[in-house]
Amino acid sequence: MEFGDILLAVAIMLGKSLLMLVALLIFIAYALYADRKVWAAVQLRRGPNVVGPWGLLQSFADLLKFVLKEPIIPAPANKGMFLLAPLLMCTLSLAAWAVIPLNAGWAIADINVGILYIFAISSLGVYGVIMGGWASNSKYPFLGALRSAAQMVSYEVSIGFVIVTVLMCAGTLNLSAIVESQNTRLGILGWYWLPLFPMFVVFFISAMAETNRPPFDLPEAESELVAGYMVEYSSTPYLLFMLGEYVAIMTMCALGTILFLGGWLSPIPFAPFTWVPGVIWFVLKASFLFILIAMVKALVPRYRYDQLMRLGWKVFLPLSLAMVVIVAAILMATGNAPGVR
Amino acid sequence: MSGATSEGAAFQRLELSMTVTAAFFYLFATITIASGFMVIASRNPVQSVLFLILAFVNAAGLFLLMGAEFLAMILVIVYVGAVAVLFLFVVMMLDVDFAALRQGFLQYLPIGGLIGLILLLELVLVVGTYTIDPGLVRSPQVPIPSADVMTNTEAIGQVLYTRYFYFFQAAGLILLVAMIGAIVLTLRERVGVRRQDISRQNARTQETAVEVRKVPFRQGI
Repeated sequence: MEFGDILLAVAIMLGKSLLMLVALLIFIAYALYADRKVWAAVQLRRGPNVVGPWGLLQSFADLLKFVLKEPIIPAPANKGMFLLAPLLMCTLSLAAWAVIPLNAGWAIADINVGILYIFAISSLGVYGVIMGGWASNSKYPFLGALRSAAQMVSYEVSIGFVIVTVLMCAGTLNLSAIVESQNTRLGILGWYWLPLFPMFVVFFISAMAETNRPPFDLPEAESELVAGYMVEYSSTPYLLFMLGEYVAIMTMCALGTILFLGGWLSPIPFAPFTWVPGVIWFVLKASFLFILIAMVKALVPRYRYDQLMRLGWKVFLPLSLAMVVIVAAILMATGNAPGVR
Repeated sequence: MSGATSEGAAFQRLELSMTVTAAFFYLFATITIASGFMVIASRNPVQSVLFLILAFVNAAGLFLLMGAEFLAMILVIVYVGAVAVLFLFVVMMLDVDFAALRQGFLQYLPIGGLIGLILLLELVLVVGTYTIDPGLVRSPQVPIPSADVMTNTEAIGQVLYTRYFYFFQAAGLILLVAMIGAIVLTLRERVGVRRQDISRQNARTQETAVEVRKVPFRQGI
């Protein structure tokens, strides 16, 4: 083992990560644009249409504006933690993409416990919010952070059970293997969204709650908390928070694609469709989920806090727990349980 | 699965270079111990909890170095993702004056020292009398399957649900009892509190909720 070999391996890894990062960020820029356009269309507005043709460069203009503004740090804030929080949030949500396979073998790190890694990383996202809210040393951010902590912890539980049901069907924790286990002759009908449909719905709603998306955006409910934990943030730190949030939403879309929509598999499993590169299917499916989430933002009014907690603990938790038992029973009874010897 | 094998090969090549592993071990171990020390030395309780989280994450890194990927991820999910969040939650809401807490330091030193001594003694006893399971000694010819054949998760599952099944169930039962205890302690039925009854709200129809009245002009209801 030469030192040069290690250096080469590290360099290749860095190159892959950089490529993924750039592609992801450009995609996020247009996801943001699509989000605003969908929102505008529902409300019979035009949405961003000034910067560039059809407003296509709006996100980049926003980026420049955020970066060039002056970052303001409140005097009573805990400076180190105040600046660390958005950085942490952004880094963590980007880190989840290290294991997501965009195509067969196209993951930066195809680790055996990929799904647990994503689950762990997404559960760490709450620290960015809590630290930001606490370090601001101000009332609204603090209340927003407290709400967020309770909300993210509650919905993690049901996401965990949803993942468990999928894992029982797939028999593996490796994301690529989970996608491969949905590769049947049935095509789109063989993916897990159909047999596990209730869990797909639970996952979709929990994903929105986990990422603080409307209608569950209570941590930043503007009519109650101004902007929640982000009140005191401006310029680049704010940009990092916002970027982290959108990356987390895309991570959830990608996770939903992998778990329920067959990842990079073609929906119709014969010739002209299987020639399409898998990564295109993956991006299409993830975008479909994102558009759905954008539609929900435009259509559904915000939940009240007690309704949110009730939905998480009294509806989703018993439902997903029951589904775990039912799915396990069905798998054992029909002898389809993977890995049982 | 070409990605997994090439990744596995890359991993094995990296494993050959023990220096890199050792360097990471010392990095993680140093940060773990340093942040563990900072947990008790830090003046601000919120900073203490954040250092505790750093210690957890680095312990997960140590697990990863040993190849115990499942344990590493579970450590992060359970301790960092859930337990420490609740710690932070509570510590942030309490307005703890740490200077006042330090006043009684000498007063509590004997008891604290005693507890520390007992713990140290127990640890010495446990580590000192540590022996390898005789069942394992008797069957040394059974090879440990490599990570490619059986994943970590499978291996843990196979002993957890067979050999240690009763311990596992007992642990679950203890947690259940603790949970029920916490609920019983905090559950209060207060009278006169207005609650949202979602099923009743959903059951309302126009007939039961709205009353249309014809109001005579200049007379009111």
